[in-house]
Amino acid sequence: MAMTLHLDVVSAEKELFSGTVSAVFAPARMGDVGIYPRHTPLVTSLRPGELKIEMEGKEDQYLYVSGGILEVQPHVVTVLSDTAIRAEDLDEAQAMEAKQRAEDALRDQKGDLDAAKAQAELARAAEQLRMIERMRKMRK
Amino acid sequence: MAGEKEIRTQIASIKNTQKITKAMEMVAASKMRKAQDRMSATRPYSQKMLNVIGHLANAHAEYHHPFLIEHEEIRRVGFIIVSTDRGLCGGLNINAFKAALKAMQDWQQKGVDIDLCLIGAKGTAFFKRFSGNIISQVSHLGDTVHIDELIGTIKTMLDAYTEGSIDRLFLVENEFVNTMTQRPKVSTLLPLVAEDNEDLKHHWDYIYEPDAKVVLDELLRRYIESIVYQSVVENVACEMAARMIAMKSASDNAGELIGELQLAYNKARQAAITQEISEIVGGAAAV
Repeated sequence: MAMTLHLDVVSAEKELFSGTVSAVFAPARMGDVGIYPRHTPLVTSLRPGELKIEMEGKEDQYLYVSGGILEVQPHVVTVLSDTAIRAEDLDEAQAMEAKQRAEDALRDQKGDLDAAKAQAELARAAEQLRMIERMRKMRK
Repeated sequence: MAGEKEIRTQIASIKNTQKITKAMEMVAASKMRKAQDRMSATRPYSQKMLNVIGHLANAHAEYHHPFLIEHEEIRRVGFIIVSTDRGLCGGLNINAFKAALKAMQDWQQKGVDIDLCLIGAKGTAFFKRFSGNIISQVSHLGDTVHIDELIGTIKTMLDAYTEGSIDRLFLVENEFVNTMTQRPKVSTLLPLVAEDNEDLKHHWDYIYEPDAKVVLDELLRRYIESIVYQSVVENVACEMAARMIAMKSASDNAGELIGELQLAYNKARQAAITQEISEIVGGAAAV
C-alpha cells in the first residue's frame, strides 16, 4: 500500500479540503506537528496558523486555519477548522454583548423602530381592508 | 357602481403591487438556492465532529464533561429559538413560535421556569410580550450568516448549563423538508445523549494535547455551536422558500383581483355609453 493519508479539512461553513495527501503539517497547541502516514492516534487543538499539505506529484498547498481541532488516525486525518477567531475573553465579551442586546430589546430601546414598523404594517393592513370593502360594494 | 376612473387607478395600483410581489418572488427563489447550497456545505463539519466525539467518548469513558451529564431535578429549562429577521414569509415564524409555546407550556405546567435565547428579530418582537426570561438575543444576521455572530449568544446558554442554572436546553427551528414544506421542530441540545454507533466501537488510544479535558471541552462547544449554526442556515433557506410561496400566491391573487376589476371597469364603461346613447335618443325623440 502506498504511504498516503486521507485528509479532510472542514469548517462550520464549508468543506475546505478533502483528498489523499502524503503529509500534513499543522500548528498544534503545543508546537507544530508534522504528520506522515501511520502516525500514532492523536487529538489536539490548533493555534491560528498555516496548514501545509504535501501531495505526491503536486505542489504543496497551504490553508490558513484560525484554530480548531486536529484528529489523527493512522491513515485518516481530520482538521475541524474554526472560521472565527476564538479566545476565551473574546467569547466572554461576545456573550456579554448578547445579554446586553436582550436587555435592550426588553427595555424597548429600539421602540421607535418597532413602532415605526408596526405603523407601516398597520397602514398597509388598513389599506387592504379598505380595498376589500370597496370590492364588496362594487359587487353589490 | 364605482366610477370608471376610480377603477382604472385601482387596477394600476394593484398592477404595481403585483410587480413588487413578482420581483420578491424571484429574488427569494434565487436566494433560496444559495441558502440550500450553504445548508449542505455545513453538513460535513458536524458529521466529522460527531465522529471525533464518538471516538473520544469511547476511548475516554471515565471523564464526564458537564454537557454530557443529565441533571436529575429540573427547575429551569432553556430554549434557543431561531426565527427570521423579516416578515412576509407566510406562517413560517408563527408556526415555530406555536411549537415553542406548546413546549414551554408543558414545562410551565410542571412548575419549571424558562430562559430564552432568541435568534432573529421576529422572535424577539414576539417573545417580548410572553412570559419567559430573555437571556440573550441576536438579530439582523443577514442572508449569509457567519458562525462568529452566534458564538456569544450560544455561550450564554452553554455557560448557564455548566453552572447548573438551566437543566435542559432545547432548540426550536424550522426544518427544510422541501420548497413547499417547512416543519417546526423542537429538539434537545443538552444534555448530549451519546449514541451507540457500531462504526465507533473500534477505539483508538489517543494522545491528547494539551489534555483530554481541554480538547473535549473545545470539541463539544464547537459541536453545539455548529448545530445551532446549521439550524440558522437552514432557517434562512426556509425563510426564502416560504417567502417565495407567499409572494407567488400574492401575485396570483393580484392577478385575480385585476381580472375582476377589469370586468367591473368594462361594465361601468358600457353602462356609461349605453346611458349616453339612450339620453341622445331620448333627446332626439323629444325634439
